[in-house]
Amino acid sequence: MMGHIHTRLKLGLIALLAAAMAVLAPQAAIAQEVVGADVPASAEPMEVPAGETEAPDASSGYVPMDPVEGKGMPTSAEDDIWASMTFQDQYTADGAYALGMHDYILLPVITLISLFVLGLLLWVIVRYNRKSNPVPSKTTHNTLIEVVWTIVPVIILVIIAVPSITLLARQYETPPEDAITIKATGYQWYWGYTYPDHGEVEIISNMLSDADAIANGEPAQLAVDNRMVVPAGVPLRIQTTAADVIHAFAVPSLWFKIDAVPGRLNEKMLTIEEPGLYYGQCSELCGARHAYMPIAVEALPMAEFEAWILEQGGSLPGAEEAAEEALPLGQETGVEVDADSDAADADIPAP
Amino acid sequence: MATTAEGFDAPTAGHGGDHSHDHADHKPGFFARWFMSTNHKDIGTLYLIFAIIAGIVGGAISGIMRMELAEPGIQYLQFWAQFMGGTSDINTALHMWNVFITAHGLIMVFFMVMPAMIGGFGNWFVPLMIGAPDMAFPRMNNVSFWLTVAGFFSLLFSLFVPGGTGPGAGVGWTVYAPLSTTGSVGPAVDFAIFSLHLAGAGSILGATNFITTIFNMRAPGMTLHKMPLFVWSVLVTAFLLLLALPVLAAAITMLLTDRNFGTTFFDPAGGGDPVLYQHLFWFFGHPEVYIMILPGFGMISQIVATFSRKPVFGYLGMAYAMVAIGVVGFIVWAHHMYTVGLDVNTKMYFTAATMVIAVPTGVKIFSWIATMWGGSMEFKSPMVWAMGFIFLFTVGGVTGVVLANGGIDDNLHDTYYVVAHFHYVLSMGAVFSLFAGFYYWFPKMSGKMHSELLSHIHFWLFFVGVNVIFFPQHFLGMNGMPRRYPDYPEAFAFWNEISTYGYLIMAGSMLIFFANLAYAFTAGRKAGNNPWGEGATTLEWTLSSPPPFHQFETLPVIEDHHDYHDHMPRDERPATA
Repeated sequence: MMGHIHTRLKLGLIALLAAAMAVLAPQAAIAQEVVGADVPASAEPMEVPAGETEAPDASSGYVPMDPVEGKGMPTSAEDDIWASMTFQDQYTADGAYALGMHDYILLPVITLISLFVLGLLLWVIVRYNRKSNPVPSKTTHNTLIEVVWTIVPVIILVIIAVPSITLLARQYETPPEDAITIKATGYQWYWGYTYPDHGEVEIISNMLSDADAIANGEPAQLAVDNRMVVPAGVPLRIQTTAADVIHAFAVPSLWFKIDAVPGRLNEKMLTIEEPGLYYGQCSELCGARHAYMPIAVEALPMAEFEAWILEQGGSLPGAEEAAEEALPLGQETGVEVDADSDAADADIPAP
Repeated sequence: MATTAEGFDAPTAGHGGDHSHDHADHKPGFFARWFMSTNHKDIGTLYLIFAIIAGIVGGAISGIMRMELAEPGIQYLQFWAQFMGGTSDINTALHMWNVFITAHGLIMVFFMVMPAMIGGFGNWFVPLMIGAPDMAFPRMNNVSFWLTVAGFFSLLFSLFVPGGTGPGAGVGWTVYAPLSTTGSVGPAVDFAIFSLHLAGAGSILGATNFITTIFNMRAPGMTLHKMPLFVWSVLVTAFLLLLALPVLAAAITMLLTDRNFGTTFFDPAGGGDPVLYQHLFWFFGHPEVYIMILPGFGMISQIVATFSRKPVFGYLGMAYAMVAIGVVGFIVWAHHMYTVGLDVNTKMYFTAATMVIAVPTGVKIFSWIATMWGGSMEFKSPMVWAMGFIFLFTVGGVTGVVLANGGIDDNLHDTYYVVAHFHYVLSMGAVFSLFAGFYYWFPKMSGKMHSELLSHIHFWLFFVGVNVIFFPQHFLGMNGMPRRYPDYPEAFAFWNEISTYGYLIMAGSMLIFFANLAYAFTAGRKAGNNPWGEGATTLEWTLSSPPPFHQFETLPVIEDHHDYHDHMPRDERPATA
């Protein structure tokens, strides 16, 4: 099964490259609307080729990544009918494992069972209709066959249960000490992302209007103004909670979904394997605008993530402790820094 | 094989109308008969008519939903919001969507499937099949029905009062707190909750009535292990109702007090927990899905045996598989809550327990096929619906095995895959068994034959329609489309459009169903006692069609003849008469 996962990843990468090349063609210069007030005015409006996964140099400022067709988002039937009928490509190891379990165990088993039952039904229709078999048999019992059709399903279920339990164990691995904590809070009807390890930076994320999303080159109803930016390739400790009613933080291409419940703090580890933009949508009925609070996770290489967090007025874990020690007692540090507070930048030493 | 049963069926002779004012057939006046009924057959008829009306309302709402979902964007919700007395404000329009999904779910579950299966067919045929003159508590039976009607009106009333960002209760049929408490200001949710109280009370009374009837009023000689499987299915269902509904009543009463009297059962600010509500709801909710399907299992067993001219294969296995499904159904509820933040051991337990249900369900599927195997099958209207049921219920069942895996469900939870799954088992499972049962017993209930041709056209159009609606929803769910969304990204447009076309086909088939009813009542042939031939061996086929107003004044005696399904009384059988 692992071989399959690697193949899938490779295929994903090839698709990604192909998509990148396609978009790199002349029309690439789609006007980039820089969203949010958090990008320094001095930053040159850059034309980043869509699909480029390596973001610009950390010092030149954060520019929202362009989405890659078919990566981290649903596929339309017009683009690829087969891809529109199945799961999105997976960008976490657990997601790849789960997808492999679905594609190579569950889907074949359920298809075979359904076809088997259909075949039996067709057979009895042909063989045991009134014309073919005018005199019905009087058989009402057959212990052997009854035992068989009890035991065989049990065996099939045990075969399914082994990878299923393994998958659960993998999904519940405890994040390591140094995992980066990000807290997603559901509000009616937007998301807030807090970075407690990075000076409590809080990002408020609202859906873009359809027109703005399309102007940005992003899928309508999935695009947001401020994304949840995270580092790729390292374990993240995702915590969810909600301020009003229950919401659910869900990203299909990461095989990740966890409810955001008021009064509770749910936690789950997430390791995104490669940089990219992964869209999701609120997945628990939360009132009128339930359909309009999407999730956009932008995974960046660590250096770029760190640059981004500093741009947001955050700090780096080690640096913050150092800063705290340097400050006189009782003086507030950079906690509760507003996402758009420029003043905060000055207080925080460079990494 | 027209049979008469002189011994216990006095009015049969008078069925032609000559000396019909037999005391057994004395009917009260219109109002007393239909509004103060104590007759199980009349109450069954009332339940069926009620279920058909509720089904039309619930089905029309799904038409509104499919119309809105035919393409991305919000097209019609503003219109509907204004139509229902709200404003054209976008939040009101979006709230209207939530009202539709809530009403569709509640109506179909509590006011269509349950009244039709248990109230309708259960009332009509449990007493007939066990050889009883009526239900044990005829007056309570009437109370059950009118409580259900009152519940329906309470739900309809909720549509016209404020419920948050617009009129109506927009909380989903699950009524999760805190959306249903602090998240919905206004009396709409209170009326929706009260509606569930009334319908639930009606069902609890009905359940006690069925349990008492089945345990105490079986004809001499009909032991539990000789009862027709439909009676078994209603017995198991009645126990599920009796054990599950009080838990729902408690949960929604706590919602009411949280909403109106300052308690905080589900409010973390006062030490409560929203997840507690979900545990309580699904402790009821999961048995509820078996409540909706078990009587269908029973009907399918009767129909398959009748039209294969062969007794049900593995009768005891079939009966106890239903008992097993009922028991296991009580210990799997948290598979509806895999993403709330369960701990790993809990999730592993519920994964394993849920998969266990596939075993007794498989026993049933294979036993039905084994019943047909070696039989002499006749493809009358009830049989084609039964065979459609077996296949489509299998498809819905296997996607249930996929969803049972907690780790897989992390992606599919609350997506259209779940919507597709439960519509395959309900919209195709439960509803196909309802149509199968309806065509099977319609001649008995009405005394008229429906058109076989129209029934078959109805079947094929409905079969194609519901598959076109729901099969693509598996794709949408796997591709990531969340449920309860009125609007979606462009990528989901294609399969949603297909799904909406399916609705049109399905709706067309329903016109044929009603045409068939009109045909049967106006031009249908008179039905004999037993229109289905020698395979139909349960007691209702020994009575006239329709049966006398009061039947079995002399109880039939069931002989021990080592055949579980031949319930014809002794003077019926040529050899022993």
